[in-house]
Amino acid sequence: MKRIFVKEEWCLGCHLCEYNCAFANSGLTDMVKALKDKKIYPRVRVETDEDGITYAVSCRHCTNPLCVKSCIAGALSIQDGVIQIDHNKCVGCLTCVLVCPHGAVVEDEKGIAQKCELCMKNSCGAPACVAGCPNGAIVYEERE
Amino acid sequence: MNFYPEFEVVRNDSRCVRCRVCERQCANEVHWYDEDGKILLSDESKCVNCQRCVSLCPTRALKIVKSDCRLRENANYSDQTIKEIYRQAETGGVLLSSMGNPNPLPVYWDKILINASQVTNPPIDPLREPMETKVFLGKKPEKISRNEDGTLNTELPPQLSLTMPVMFSAMSYGSISYNAHASLARAAEKLGIYYNTGEGGLHEDFYRFGKNTIVQVASGRFGVHKDYLEAGAAIEIKMGQGAKPGIGGHLPGTKAVGDVSKTRMIPEGSDAISPAPHHDIYSIEDLRQLVFSLKEATEYRLPVIVKVAAVHNIAAIASGIARSGADIIAIDGFRGGTGAAPTRIRDNVGIPIELALAAVDKRLRDEGIRNNVSIVCGGSIRSASDVVKAIALGADACYVATAACLAMGCHLCRSCHTGKCNWGIATQRPDLVKRLNPEIGYKRLVNLMDAWRHEIKELMGGMGINSIEALRGNRLMLRGVGLTEKELEILGIGHAGE
Repeated sequence: MKRIFVKEEWCLGCHLCEYNCAFANSGLTDMVKALKDKKIYPRVRVETDEDGITYAVSCRHCTNPLCVKSCIAGALSIQDGVIQIDHNKCVGCLTCVLVCPHGAVVEDEKGIAQKCELCMKNSCGAPACVAGCPNGAIVYEERE
Repeated sequence: MNFYPEFEVVRNDSRCVRCRVCERQCANEVHWYDEDGKILLSDESKCVNCQRCVSLCPTRALKIVKSDCRLRENANYSDQTIKEIYRQAETGGVLLSSMGNPNPLPVYWDKILINASQVTNPPIDPLREPMETKVFLGKKPEKISRNEDGTLNTELPPQLSLTMPVMFSAMSYGSISYNAHASLARAAEKLGIYYNTGEGGLHEDFYRFGKNTIVQVASGRFGVHKDYLEAGAAIEIKMGQGAKPGIGGHLPGTKAVGDVSKTRMIPEGSDAISPAPHHDIYSIEDLRQLVFSLKEATEYRLPVIVKVAAVHNIAAIASGIARSGADIIAIDGFRGGTGAAPTRIRDNVGIPIELALAAVDKRLRDEGIRNNVSIVCGGSIRSASDVVKAIALGADACYVATAACLAMGCHLCRSCHTGKCNWGIATQRPDLVKRLNPEIGYKRLVNLMDAWRHEIKELMGGMGINSIEALRGNRLMLRGVGLTEKELEILGIGHAGE
């Protein structure tokens, strides 16, 4: 299965992935309309460590995911290898946010959990963060 | 003295989503975010118009425009001329510039047109017919003889084999970044052509690309040692550079850091100053000594290139070089690029490559020594049609560097000498160098050259020529437009309609 991988060597810390993610999941067709004057809640976040190294963190789609195991509402599930979230089932307990060892599950603007679903549920069809990364620092590929 | 900035940053605030990518990506620190007003502001006086911010702005909220605020100029004293005088009055210094001569001097490529076949001879369709773009650079034997079984009985001088008549010209590691060199090296290998180390030595990581590398020996002899010479496929003696004929080079100590200083074999932080002359070369005989020293050091396995700037007596100089034992002459025209050169020299010294090339090819043919050497021409070869015209004027191959830099992302902001290249090319700042991912850079270089190869084949096919060898020096395929008798005479071509 294709997954998102990060090459921190090439991450410039420009944060464009966050904006592309927020736009892709906004359901709107214009980025200005989607993001202007709004706080964004992206599903990918650029982390900076103490040495100034930056890298984009998003869901790894673990084969044995703690978030799915811990979900009390049955909102998280694995479908064709992609860990998906059913927003109608999520009760906002945010246990998944606590247990994710990568910090890849985050709270959305309504206070319930959201996570990267590889842009499978929006109109992009392939991860927008990957397509928009100017330096090839986020890739979407099959690896052993 | 304060001037109104040269460029204006125009921000369409109704489109700006405050992602701050412009702020994060500008090494010149033009943009900043004002927390109080929740707005992005800019200091245009620092802007060099490299358009990194424009390129990355996700909502197209930015554009950079040339300011229309000019000093009171006239036909003699332009805004730029006046400002240069002010700057020199302030600093007392020599003006520095980067990239090629920007002045409106004639570009002869644009005044030369290419022939095509009609009716009496058929054009060739390169998609259906084989088309040869392979060239060999080096001294050609006067005649060859064969054994009875057909094998060659003549020892051939060393040759460079190129899949197409284009190479990446010299840009040193130091003037450009590690990632730029990595992109060029990988692209050269993939394409079956060569890139040139320039005068900065060869980083140890790139020895593995040696069979596609031309190693340069210039007046400073930086980074030259036996392994370096042996690592390459050819050795180039740099006598001059089109952008700055008659002067040496100067890599500021701020760029001679880490691996750059190690590769150049100079102390960290020290200025790398290449003298104007090679101090052991004051004649063709001296040049011959260096040519043969280098051949001796590499057991006569590698062709030696002598690179000179196109200057007034270029034909006579080339004639001397052709007799020096060199295998290839590289001529660099006055539009060639540079990482830094004194403005006055870049803009006023040297001659156009088209005239130099035509003069050299004619002189060597007249003297019967054209086959002693191959000719490589450079100094603003911008497209496949420039390549075709250069070959028809007599070149064996072309050197390109500015076009290669553009392929890697360069936006020709002409600020290489500041060392703050926002595109990760002409810089040694680690945070900027990483902006050029060689994985992307090399693919773009390969794409560019693949595109040029297709275009070269189409142009050749149109002329009814199916081999680049049959185009070389074929000046009947060229016509000039709007050129004087003298210019046509030097170019050795007829006027359109003739």
